[in-house]
Amino acid sequence: MIRVSNLSKRFVLHNQSNAVIPVLADANFNVFPGECVGLAGPSGSGKSTLMRMIYGNYLAQSGEILIGNVNVAAATAREIILLRRETLGYVSQFLRVVPRVPVRDVVAEPLLTLGALRDEAFERAEAMLELLNIPEHLRHLSPTTFSGGERQRVNIARGFVHDYPALLLDEPTASLDAANRDIVLDLIEGAKSRGAAIIGIFHDNDFRRQICDREIDVTQFMPKAA
Amino acid sequence: MTLPLLDVLGIAKKYGGRTGCSDVSFALWPGEVMGVVGESGSGKSTLLNCLSGNLVPDTGEVLFNTRCEGMRDTLKMSESERRRLSRTDWAFVHQNPRDGLRMNVSAGGNIGERLMGVGERHYGNIRRQAMDWLGRVEIPENRVDDRPATFSGGMRQRLQIARNLVTGPRLIFMDEPTGGLDASVQARLLDLLRSLVREMELAVVIVTHDLAVARLLADRMMVMKDGCAIESGLTDQVLDDPQHAYTQLLVGSVLQV
Repeated sequence: MIRVSNLSKRFVLHNQSNAVIPVLADANFNVFPGECVGLAGPSGSGKSTLMRMIYGNYLAQSGEILIGNVNVAAATAREIILLRRETLGYVSQFLRVVPRVPVRDVVAEPLLTLGALRDEAFERAEAMLELLNIPEHLRHLSPTTFSGGERQRVNIARGFVHDYPALLLDEPTASLDAANRDIVLDLIEGAKSRGAAIIGIFHDNDFRRQICDREIDVTQFMPKAA
Repeated sequence: MTLPLLDVLGIAKKYGGRTGCSDVSFALWPGEVMGVVGESGSGKSTLLNCLSGNLVPDTGEVLFNTRCEGMRDTLKMSESERRRLSRTDWAFVHQNPRDGLRMNVSAGGNIGERLMGVGERHYGNIRRQAMDWLGRVEIPENRVDDRPATFSGGMRQRLQIARNLVTGPRLIFMDEPTGGLDASVQARLLDLLRSLVREMELAVVIVTHDLAVARLLADRMMVMKDGCAIESGLTDQVLDDPQHAYTQLLVGSVLQV
């Protein structure tokens, strides 16, 4: 489902004495449907960079990132918009929303942009929020005032509200308590069993061992010092 | 892949010896919002005016997918055809609502005027649609007979949007629609615009210097400097991984709240 080949990335900071920071060189790996793969490596080793490249958030210098049959590294903005709408989900560490928009709208939005009926989209959003223990009386409020854990659960609800065939999870459980972590574990297991290909960054070792079928050590993709 | 709604090819405009904008091209599909960012004088407004027919570019084509005749170069249309387009399928939201509203005509009249422009004559229908749109842009219905001169800045801007959208346009040009509004009013307007774009499958070209507005509203982004489009792509890609030195400077200069 996800095929990364010969991928490399460097950052060039034009306004900081043209510093060139190589981050990835010649990364190769595959993720198959129904599989959860953890990205491993110390801070700064390029896990998030790699994930953001797969999402089309960062550009690649060379190589291919195939999601289904779309090469994210060469796709147009429009192709990536469609890919993200239908195929590729992403749960980031931070929730970015228009202020004033209620939680249930934030969660239903991916379904509405896919053309789902309003009632069905909101019903599904409510069910996700119920599952993730966001109390009823908070669901008509904007998440801008929520705690870190609540925001993260809203973000997860939004990421799982549509059954994306490919999912990227960037520390989805970082600020969750044990009970909620188990719920997320179930969600990921559910996504795997319906055949989603999942790439995750999990700093919680126990969680990672429980959910990941295998790990990819990103330090092997670090460019050799020139 | 389906045809774009708008296909812009090599637009250039000079003011005497000075460059307004040069060789700008892009295509836009229904439901897509494109943000055009850059500092003052970078050519954003010149570009918008060239696209929307307010200015005639020196070179280039502005192809629009018309309802009846497919792709047409709007620059080669007759004046009356172009005016018709700007009353029906196109809309233009000005930075200053004064430029897009008739300040001495009631709110209902401002919305109704555009409907009458496309041939609606039934007073009851006009009134009903005006009421409906006031509701959609969150202006109390009891203000329908008040003149926009008595409205706050945020209300005027929402009225301008209602006036523009009542005829169900497919393409909207916006010039700094949230400029000059305070933060809470701006948030409300952004929320409104986002849901309208989704519900009506609108294509939008929005000029803004506010990168946060662009991030929340635009799917795609074009960065302009000295009249040229120096970088373009997905909004979050351009903002999170800017390639051009100027874009890096622009993104790196935003104050964090």
